[in-house]
Amino acid sequence: MWDYTEKVKEHFFNPRNAGSLESANAVGDVGSIQCGDALRLMLDVDPATEIIRDARFQTFGCGSAIASSSALTEIVKGKTLDEALKISNQDIAAFLDGLPPEKMHCSVMGREALQAAIANYRGEAWQDDHEEGELICKCYAIDSALIERVVRENGLTTLEQVTNFTKAGGACASCHEKIEDVLIGIVAARCEAGAIEAAPAVAAPEPVAAAPAEKPRMTNLQRMRKIEEIIESVRPMLQKDNGDIEVVDIVGKNIYVNLKGACMGCALEAATLGAIQQKLFEDLGEYVRLLPASQLEMAR
Amino acid sequence: MKPIYLDNNATTPCDPAVVEAMLPFFTEQFGNASSIHSFGNQVGIALKKARAQIQALLGAEHDSEIIFTSGGTESDNTAILSALKAQPDRNQIITTVVEHPAVLAFCDRLEKEGYVVHKLRVDGRGRLDMDEYRALLTDRVAIVSVMWANNETGTIFPVEEMAEYAHARGIQFHTDAVQAVGKLPIDLKRTKIDMLSLSGHKLHAPKGIGVLYLRRGTRFRALLHGGQQERSRRPGTENAPGIIALGKAAELAMQHMDTENTDVRYLRDKLEKGILARVPRAFPNGDLHCRLPNTSNIAFEFVEGEGILLLLNKLGIAASSGSACTSGSLEPSHVMRAMGIPYTAAHGSIRFSLSRYNTLEEIERVIEAVPPIIEQLRKISPYWGEAGPAADPASRFQPAYA
Ligand SMILES: Cc1ncc(COP(=O)(O)O)c(C=O)c1O
Ligand code: FES
Repeated sequence: MWDYTEKVKEHFFNPRNAGSLESANAVGDVGSIQCGDALRLMLDVDPATEIIRDARFQTFGCGSAIASSSALTEIVKGKTLDEALKISNQDIAAFLDGLPPEKMHCSVMGREALQAAIANYRGEAWQDDHEEGELICKCYAIDSALIERVVRENGLTTLEQVTNFTKAGGACASCHEKIEDVLIGIVAARCEAGAIEAAPAVAAPEPVAAAPAEKPRMTNLQRMRKIEEIIESVRPMLQKDNGDIEVVDIVGKNIYVNLKGACMGCALEAATLGAIQQKLFEDLGEYVRLLPASQLEMAR
Repeated sequence: MKPIYLDNNATTPCDPAVVEAMLPFFTEQFGNASSIHSFGNQVGIALKKARAQIQALLGAEHDSEIIFTSGGTESDNTAILSALKAQPDRNQIITTVVEHPAVLAFCDRLEKEGYVVHKLRVDGRGRLDMDEYRALLTDRVAIVSVMWANNETGTIFPVEEMAEYAHARGIQFHTDAVQAVGKLPIDLKRTKIDMLSLSGHKLHAPKGIGVLYLRRGTRFRALLHGGQQERSRRPGTENAPGIIALGKAAELAMQHMDTENTDVRYLRDKLEKGILARVPRAFPNGDLHCRLPNTSNIAFEFVEGEGILLLLNKLGIAASSGSACTSGSLEPSHVMRAMGIPYTAAHGSIRFSLSRYNTLEEIERVIEAVPPIIEQLRKISPYWGEAGPAADPASRFQPAYA
C-alpha cells in the first residue's frame, strides 16, 4: 500500500469538516468519476469581510483525496477569499507532511475546488486551466503533460535532453521507454506538419555541442557578469508567475541559484532550471550546470 | 485481535508442512543436483519426487513435461515467446482483455515489435464469446493464451473446450492457470492444452517458484540459454528448496481439493450473502455460476476502494481492490472496465479471496465489519444523500473535469 505520512492517515481516519454545509454560499465541484476522485467544497463566506467562516467537503476518492480535502478545509477557515486564492497545492501537501508522487493530484484537486468555489461565490465562471497527464517518471513526479510541453517548447528530440530539462528519467531508468514514446509521438506529429525534415538531430542544438572555441575567452569577471546578465534577463518571466531567481555563487562549471516564491518546490522547478540552464549554455557558449543553492553546502 | 487474511489471490502463506519440507535443502542438503557426488545426488532424488508430485496435481502424462521456473510471470512469457519463435511463419496471438499483466503487458510489447494480438472481449459477467474466438482461429495464429480463472473475479474460462478448437486448427494453446491450480481439479492428459503456467505462492508454497507445463511433442524454444538443467529448457541451477516446497504444496493441494469446493466455497458464499444482505447498493462481480470457490468480488457503489481497504486494514482485515499488481495505477482495474462496470462502482470493487485456513468466526467478523465502513465513507461521498444514494446521482453531482 502507499507510503502515507502519519498526518495523511490521521486526516483520513478522522476527517475534519466532512459533510454538507447548509449555510454554504460558495460551492466548488471538481474531479472526475473516471479517475476515481471527485470533491465538493462548500464555504460559508461572510459577505461583509469576505472571511471564510466555515468550510465542509464531500469527497469520493482514495485515502489521500479524503485527507487532502480535510486538510484544505482546515487551511481555509478564517482566511479571506484573497488569502485563500494564494493557497497552492504544495501548501496542502505540506500541511499533510507530504503526499506520494502518484497522489499529488489529490492536492491539485483541492486547490482547484477552492478556486471553483470562490469563482462560484463571485459569480464568475471557473476555467479549468489545469493540465494533467499520465504520471511518467515516478522518481521526480513528472507527468506526460509537462514532458510534452517542455519537448514542444524547446524542440527536444532525445531522451537525454528531456532528462536535462525536466530531470525525468534521471534516476531509476524505468520510465525511459515511456519518455521515448512521448518523444516519438511529438516528433512524428512535427514531421507531418513539415516543421522538420526527418526524425531527430535537426531540431534542437545539442547542449554540449555548442562550440566554445568560436567565442573569444572571457576573463573570470567578464564571465560572472555575463552569467548575472543572463539570469537578469529571465527574471521578468519568473516574476510574472510570482517567482524569482538569484545567483548565490559560481564555482567552476556549477552555478548555484536560489529559486524563490512560486517556483520553489513547484513541479516546474526542474523544468525552469533546465530551461535557464539551456539558455546559459547557448549564451555563454560553454557547458555549465545550474544547481539549487541548497547543494552548495553539500559541495563544500 | 488476530488479523484476518482474505487476500489469497494476491499471495498465500506457506503451509508449515511446506516450510518443514524445504528447510533441510538450505543446510544439510545444499548440494548441486548436477554433481556426481553424494551431496548432489540426494538433491537430485528430492527434485524427482517434487516433479512427480506436480505431475500428479496437474494430471500430466510424463514427469518430463514439468519445467520449473521462477513463477507465473516467467512461465507466461516463456510460453508465448516460445510459440512465436518456434513457428516463424505464424505472427498472431489470441488472448483476452482480462488477462494478468504477465500476459497482457508482454503482448503489448510484442505488438510494438510487429506481432498481431487479438484480445477477446468479455461481457458484463466477464464471459467470452466462443463465436468471436472461433472466427479468429487461422493458420496465422501461433498461440492462444487464455487464463483458466481470473484473479480479480474468479471467473472460470472454458479453456478445455477452447484448447480443442485450437488443436483442431493446429494452433498451440497456453493457459495461465496460476489461480486455478489447487482450487479446481485438473487432468491435463485428457485435454488438448499444450502449455500451462502455475505459481507456487498462490498455493501455499514460497514466492519465486513456478512451473511451465509443456506437453510432450510441443515445439519449444527456451527463453534463457545456459546449462542442461530442466533439459536446457530452463537452464540455471535449480532452486532446490523452492522446488521441493512446491512439490509438497502440490501434494497438500490434492489432499485439500475437496475442502476448497465444500468448506471454502461455503464460507465464501456466506461472506458474500452476508455483506450483500446488509449493504444497499452493492453487487457481486463476475460469472456467479462459474467461478473459483474462494473468490468474491463485490462492488460498493459511490465509494472508492482504497478508503475501504484502509479502514478494513485498521480492523486487521486484509482484502484488495483490483489486482495487487495494478494497485499502482489510478484507473479502475482493466478487468472491471472490460466488463463495463460503471465507474461509480468499479472504483469501489473489493476482492475477498479465501483459503482453507479461514474460519467461520473470521467470516462472521468480516460480515459485521464491512457495513459500517461503507456507511462511513458514503456519508462523505458527494454522490450519496442523507439516507441513500442521491435521487439521480449523476445529475446531483457534476464536477468540472479536472
Ligand atoms: C493470473 C495470474 N498470472 C500470473 C501471476 C504472476 O505470478 P508470479 O507472481 O509468480 O510471477 C499472477 C499473480 O499475481 C496471477 O494472478
Ligand atoms: S521513474 Fe523516471 S527515473 Fe525513475
